[in-house]
Amino acid sequence: MKLPVKMTINGQSVSHEVEPRFLLVHYIRETVGLTGTHVGCDTSQCGACTITLNGQAVKSCTLFTVQADGANIMTIEGLAKDGELHPIQQGFWEKHGLQCGFCTPGMIMLAVQMLERYPKPSEEVIRHQLEGNLCRCTGYHNIVKAIEWAADKMAAAK
Amino acid sequence: MYPASFEYHSPTTVKDALGLMGKLGDDAKLLAGGHSLIPMMKLRLAQPKHLIDLRNVPGLKGVKEDGGTIVIGAMTTWYELETNAIVKAKCPIVSETASIVGDPAVRNLGTIGGGLAHADPAADMPATAIACNFEMVCEGPKGRRTVKVDEWFQGLMSTALKEDEILVEVRVPALAKGTGAAYLKFPHPASRFAIVGVAAVISTDGKGTCSKASIGVTGAGTKAVRAKGVEAGLSGKNLAGAGAIEAAAQKGAEGVDVQADLQGSVEYKAHLCRVFAKRAVEAAAKRAG
Ligand SMILES: Cc1cc2nc3c(=O)[nH]c(=O)nc-3n(C[C@H](O)[C@H](O)[C@H](O)COP(=O)(O)OP(=O)(O)OC[C@H]3O[C@@H](n4cnc5c(N)ncnc54)[C@H](O)[C@@H]3O)c2cc1C
Ligand code: FES
Ligand code: FES
Repeated sequence: MKLPVKMTINGQSVSHEVEPRFLLVHYIRETVGLTGTHVGCDTSQCGACTITLNGQAVKSCTLFTVQADGANIMTIEGLAKDGELHPIQQGFWEKHGLQCGFCTPGMIMLAVQMLERYPKPSEEVIRHQLEGNLCRCTGYHNIVKAIEWAADKMAAAK
Repeated sequence: MYPASFEYHSPTTVKDALGLMGKLGDDAKLLAGGHSLIPMMKLRLAQPKHLIDLRNVPGLKGVKEDGGTIVIGAMTTWYELETNAIVKAKCPIVSETASIVGDPAVRNLGTIGGGLAHADPAADMPATAIACNFEMVCEGPKGRRTVKVDEWFQGLMSTALKEDEILVEVRVPALAKGTGAAYLKFPHPASRFAIVGVAAVISTDGKGTCSKASIGVTGAGTKAVRAKGVEAGLSGKNLAGAGAIEAAAQKGAEGVDVQADLQGSVEYKAHLCRVFAKRAVEAAAKRAG
């Protein structure tokens, strides 16, 4: 039996009827049409599907859409404002924090939460916080640099 | 991957949740953070016909104090435990354990109630639950009962929780003065689950002699267990003495039904139990002062 759900995604209100087993990542990608959120492993390990749900980073492949009823969601598409990249996105650009880019939306959404919780993270904190986000290309080094760059930029803007 | 179809229920009281469980019986499963259950459903290792989501039941979340006891609602997440001021002040090992469960996204949703009810053999909190002597409060159709941790873990993913009960809260004794505690694990490199994890709570008389030791071991066997051999080897001993901790830690795998798997052989994991028993006891003893 389908159930009605209503939530806010990147500031826009959306509502649909979904099967309870329909995973949030599929809802975001297929029903709402926001394909920036990726499916990497589909087994809760890689973090490519990371979004924020009520401000907290979560793996959208490990959540049913019905559990997000009433929630406020942000995906990678919601980050840039008026055509200007978010400082974390800029950091990945400046510090070459990506190669194929598949893990990048998840990395960036996790970094959004990270810099809210730890505005000046040490390298150790960054690496511990990224434990649930896997990258097959970069070796993480430039991802750490990108987040450090963004932390400095965001601190300077305050 | 799509789980099998199910019907979704979202009760708003424990009573309604219990009512649904009574009506639906074996076909229903409770849903907390979903970070053990949903992966299993996606692999179709679990195919419940009904899910009863506890997320809208108020009163199951949060931490409060009741005298010398910390009362933790079953739906409290790992992240809340990692950062909660009461837990950090009164029983910091619980925050410390929560802070290394999985990764930040897992900790945002996974709950202590789900973790202790699921009783994954490689889960972290079971070791700390044993070392700290947690009590589990279960509510069923006939009311509440309290289960001590030594009766809780019964076998592979099985606990003393009855089918018609909900784990509603976890009671954690605050650490006494002169007591130190630590949880250390050897994590699986991808999932961060414990290949072996050891929690130690050590009390000293102020002069370095151990008056009480409480040790839990997780990861190596089918369930978390109390390392009685290590406990006996420590109590009454002067921990500063050469080799005292080392000797006791040699019993780290006693009573553990060590299982060989992709992560290692029986000998390898038994060795890790001894190594981590030593490290956890040393860290706890140092904190005890
Ligand atoms: C990628 C990944 C990495 C992980 N790494 C670790 C790790 O390093 N260490 C670790 O300890 N864990 C780890 N976990 C597991 C995680 O901590 C789970 O969240 C936790 O074990 C289960 O809690 P939950 O709230 O998600 O429960 P759910 O998945 O919702 O439920 C689990 C089971 O418990 C039952 N249940 C839930 N709540 C109750 C209740 N209140 N009363 C009675 N029954 C209940 C459910 O019916 C179900 O059978 C990991 C999980 C993932 C996905
Ligand atoms: S696709 Fe969700 S964690 Fe990999
Ligand atoms: S840039 Fe290719 S997976 Fe990270």
